[in-house]
Amino acid sequence: MTTMTEQASSIEPMSLADIAQTHGDGSVTDREAVFRVRDLYVSYGGNVAIRGVNLDVHKNAVTAFIGPSGCGKSTLIRCFDRMNDLVPSAKVGGEVLYHGKDLYAADVDPVEVRRRIGMVFQKPNPFPKSIYDNIAFGPRVLGLKGSLDERVERALHQAALWDEVKDRLKESALGLSGGQQQRLCIARCLAVEPDVILMDEPASALDPISTTRIEDLMHELKREYTIVIVTHNMQQAARVADMTAFFSVQVDEETGRRTGVLVEYDNTAKIFTTPADKRTEDYVTGRFG
Amino acid sequence: MSRRLKGVLFRGLLLFSLLVGFSMLIVLLVDVFRDGLPYLDMALLTNPPSSDPEIAGARPAILATLYMGILLLIFVVPLGVGTALYLEEYADKTRWYNRLLEINIQNLAAVPSIVYGILGLAFLVRGLGLGRVLLAGAMILTLLVLPTVIIAAREAIRSVPDSIRQGAYALGATQWQVVSRQVLPAAIPGIATGSILALARAIGETAPLILIGAVTYISFDPTILGPFTALPIQIYSFLRLPQEEFKLLAAASIIVLLVILLTLNAFAIYIRNKYRRTW
Repeated sequence: MTTMTEQASSIEPMSLADIAQTHGDGSVTDREAVFRVRDLYVSYGGNVAIRGVNLDVHKNAVTAFIGPSGCGKSTLIRCFDRMNDLVPSAKVGGEVLYHGKDLYAADVDPVEVRRRIGMVFQKPNPFPKSIYDNIAFGPRVLGLKGSLDERVERALHQAALWDEVKDRLKESALGLSGGQQQRLCIARCLAVEPDVILMDEPASALDPISTTRIEDLMHELKREYTIVIVTHNMQQAARVADMTAFFSVQVDEETGRRTGVLVEYDNTAKIFTTPADKRTEDYVTGRFG
Repeated sequence: MSRRLKGVLFRGLLLFSLLVGFSMLIVLLVDVFRDGLPYLDMALLTNPPSSDPEIAGARPAILATLYMGILLLIFVVPLGVGTALYLEEYADKTRWYNRLLEINIQNLAAVPSIVYGILGLAFLVRGLGLGRVLLAGAMILTLLVLPTVIIAAREAIRSVPDSIRQGAYALGATQWQVVSRQVLPAAIPGIATGSILALARAIGETAPLILIGAVTYISFDPTILGPFTALPIQIYSFLRLPQEEFKLLAAASIIVLLVILLTLNAFAIYIRNKYRRTW
């Protein structure tokens, strides 16, 4: 008994602050801003999901959105590739500037936005086709030039999936494990050579080992891509993100309506060690949420 | 009464309800096969009707039923799938006119077939001046089963998970690409099953065809723009003849019709099972 207790205490878990300091890269704010969000506001059929958001997303960095459920973090990430357009009742106000161009300007075609800004969803959503056809779908619909075979192989290599599937490219993607399916979805996204990859809780449906693989992948991918990730897992944010935005829910005293707001946005290390806002501190120390 | 006894009794009642329907089917099949089997020969399939029951056949009716079945599929599948795709993928369901359309389609499925016959007589045969031809028959059967096909196709399209659409949109696909390359292929098994079952229903229809003037006695092979009859009508006209042998010939024709229908149903079940998918 005694030895077990000693062992347990000797492997003291790293605090969030320690993880964040060993992983985060605080200098990313000097880099070019890929997105500039100004006074963003999204409502669904009159219910305001999130409002008053101002933040910049920097190139070749991982930016994490954290916060309790209902804080609008998923709504916000869906503004970056105009996926909110698919919800008929959604209204977006304010500006989302992508390399200086407003994504919500009248002359912007959402289809053109989405070919440059890829998205990986919470639940792996492979198409009911072969592994090959899953990856090839994007290049095919976009009419991309060059060898499709090479494109598929490159994307699978980038998503660290090639060795596991190279002998069964023609088999159904639905036969892969959950973690493999999610890496397939990442590969599918990479095959159209996007500029930005949006990930909406990409590991929340996966086991710890698969989660680690996705996180390792993010470290690799940020060298070439800009990554925005929504996560409810603070350890994950601390491990992968350079910048972290904390969102919270504000309840209107009179109407009882709940609205998401951006509380604090800073270097990940700062958010997890010396947050400026009391609400952030309560959340990251586990007192709330 | 003990709880156990109640359970046994209830189980017995359920079995009884099952047996009522099932035994009727068995009686029908046994009766038809006993009467019809001796007359089920190549002459029935290859000869035209005749006043002599020994050489009389149902070839024109069988051919007309096949022609109408093929025409029906050519008409009803594009129309039905098109309507279903519009309603499921394009229509804004918050608009009143789209909701009205939806309710109307559900109601159309419940309209008696004789009413379609009147419509066909008034608008196709007389209004459009098509005359009493096979094409008019195929068109009226198309209208008759169109609501069924639309409803089946909508079910199939709705069962394609939204995550598939989102995944395709996220890669920069247009709405048409999402619909044509993801939604439609995934919905094909359901659409095929629904269409085949609708075809089976149409082939058994008699009332609307009588109304638009399918003839009861036809001794030559039908053409699309010529006079026609159909297998159920042929069965009816055999039965009306005085000689006893024609009644047996009618039974043999019923076997032919049943075989066609059961083959179609079996094919539908095969497709459904083969492409069954778990998401």
